[in-house]
Amino acid sequence: MGIAATARRFIATNGLGMALFMVLGVSFWVLVLVVLPQVTMVDFSFRPKLPPADIGGPLDQYTTANYEYFYRGHPGNPEGWNRVDMTVFGRTLIAAVFVTVFNFIFCYPVAYYLAKVATGSWARLLALSLVVPYWINEILRAFAFRIIFGDAGLINTVLKTLGIIDVSIDFIRADVALYAGLGYAYILLMIFPLYSAIESLDKNQIEAARDMGSPWWRIHWRIVMPFAKQGIVSGCTMVFMLSAGALAAPQILGGPSSLWFTQIIYQGFFEYFNWNRGAAYAIILLVSCMAIVLGLTKLVGGKAGEIGR
Amino acid sequence: MKSGVGVELEHLWIRFGDFVAVRDASVKVEEGEFFSFLGPSGCGKTTILRTVSGFQEPSEGRVRIGGRDMAGIGPNKRPTALIFQNLALFPLMKVWENIGFSLEVRRVPRAERRRRAEELLELIALPGQGDKLVDELSGGQKQRVAVARALAAEPQVLLLDEPLSALDLKLRQHMRTELRAIQQRVGLTFIYITHDQGEALTMSDHVAVMREGVIEQVGDGKQIYDDPATAFVASFVGENNAFAGTVKAIENGHAVVATAVGDLPARIATAARGALKPGDSAMVFIRPENFAIAEKGAGGDNRLAATIANEEFEGQSYHVFLEGEGGTSIKMSLTNKGQARTASAVGQQVTLAYSPDQAVALPTGAMADQE
Repeated sequence: MGIAATARRFIATNGLGMALFMVLGVSFWVLVLVVLPQVTMVDFSFRPKLPPADIGGPLDQYTTANYEYFYRGHPGNPEGWNRVDMTVFGRTLIAAVFVTVFNFIFCYPVAYYLAKVATGSWARLLALSLVVPYWINEILRAFAFRIIFGDAGLINTVLKTLGIIDVSIDFIRADVALYAGLGYAYILLMIFPLYSAIESLDKNQIEAARDMGSPWWRIHWRIVMPFAKQGIVSGCTMVFMLSAGALAAPQILGGPSSLWFTQIIYQGFFEYFNWNRGAAYAIILLVSCMAIVLGLTKLVGGKAGEIGR
Repeated sequence: MKSGVGVELEHLWIRFGDFVAVRDASVKVEEGEFFSFLGPSGCGKTTILRTVSGFQEPSEGRVRIGGRDMAGIGPNKRPTALIFQNLALFPLMKVWENIGFSLEVRRVPRAERRRRAEELLELIALPGQGDKLVDELSGGQKQRVAVARALAAEPQVLLLDEPLSALDLKLRQHMRTELRAIQQRVGLTFIYITHDQGEALTMSDHVAVMREGVIEQVGDGKQIYDDPATAFVASFVGENNAFAGTVKAIENGHAVVATAVGDLPARIATAARGALKPGDSAMVFIRPENFAIAEKGAGGDNRLAATIANEEFEGQSYHVFLEGEGGTSIKMSLTNKGQARTASAVGQQVTLAYSPDQAVALPTGAMADQE
């Protein structure tokens, strides 16, 4: 059946007004909200930073200078490579992977428990207790973590009172607060895809495996995780993308010496007012993250289209 | 392959909160036999199976498998294998991986698992199908794969939870024969759960009939059908006409029960011997196939008058629905041997005859719901 026939049938059932609204609405969304900003960013990233007077002038030529800056630094940089930006970039991606793995290890048992073990009002209460903290603004939550992990914060106070430590541990400098805050920020985005995937697994399959003598870890490895693969992929993708692209948590919880790549992008835009380099960096981050996600998805045999499920 | 072992339930009670799922069940399943638990849904038969397999702990009483007390032994440590009602095959694994899963658990090398799976595929008449995915198989084939997967674990007792209920009638009948054949080939003890009396009677060496958590009768198919122990068994297994009344006289193991359609003589069921005395309320059960149309007007105790109301023709037999005295509905089944049918005689009064030895008298009790 062709597009024309589908369109005719849609108009016949829903009316011309509805059809027009759908076409215009979707076009607006796709073109104005998705395509145009991205195209603008790409365009920006390939232009030099110029005073407003020169924009559109003879100097405004397409260039890869902004991208070259990422790996080479200033022209005449004695080191030969942009050590700060590239180290931060690498560390951000590794840290985002770490946050994702940590998140998965924590969330999988919780999701499994919610989906297959807890029942009735107890399950609903648990789900609610997971959601309630998210009624608070993300920035306030980050500050709460700062207080909990601070020098005179909850954890240090408890440890000192119990006599386990004498001197406060600097969780902020050690980036513990940052990882915990990032992990916590995206718990729901990990738990819910896992939950909905595991929930639809037939409980008899778990029992059948158990009946055949399988220990619990093999049941998870061979039955539950393969079944929940799409949920795992989509949860991990979201957490990874959002951790790598987070700004508020690193700003508030990052140690004095640690920098998140998004902070460099932010600096590009708002401190150096170099929107062109900021755009180039943003695109470098976006493309790298997508490459990592698509690569991993391919590795576990899922399809990229399943990420949204 | 190991041979089967016996299973004993000793005064088994299973409670869920206030609800009693199984009440004082005691049964001995002999080694190597095909034993069925038969009963309507919610009668506790699945709970018994889950208790034998170890997924459910008894509230009271004991399960012994091969003489060994199973208390505190988990399902993964028992010599049983359970076939689930929905089969619970692993859809993401190939057929042979499904069959070999219990071996994988025991760290049997892959090549050996593959070989063993192929042997079992041979046994269930699906040779060379190991590389298919489960969902590429038909219902009956999946069924057989589930049996093979359970057998691969080399259990001594195979537990089957209504595994045929999802199949259509023809396939179900075929699988009955097949399951029975597999059981006799491998010599394992099979414990089979069903609400389908046809399955229970055709396949089993012994059947336990359950109602509301209580085992009402244990016996072979013929005993259950011909000599029911309770009114429930009489009304649940096969079709039966039930006539309620009061015992008038007892003589030679026979009772005469005064009912709305007259005095009916009947043999007292073995289980009810000594339990009935004159004046007791009792029921007489006469199977539709045990009625015949007698010569009109002939008298005698084992006769009753009725009016033909309707007829259903089924091919090998036809069923005549009649109305007895007091509006009692009666069903009679006649084998089709080419004789004239009764359809032309609707409204006509006839006399039904039966042999008192083929009628059963039992104390009044709970009856099965009419389906």
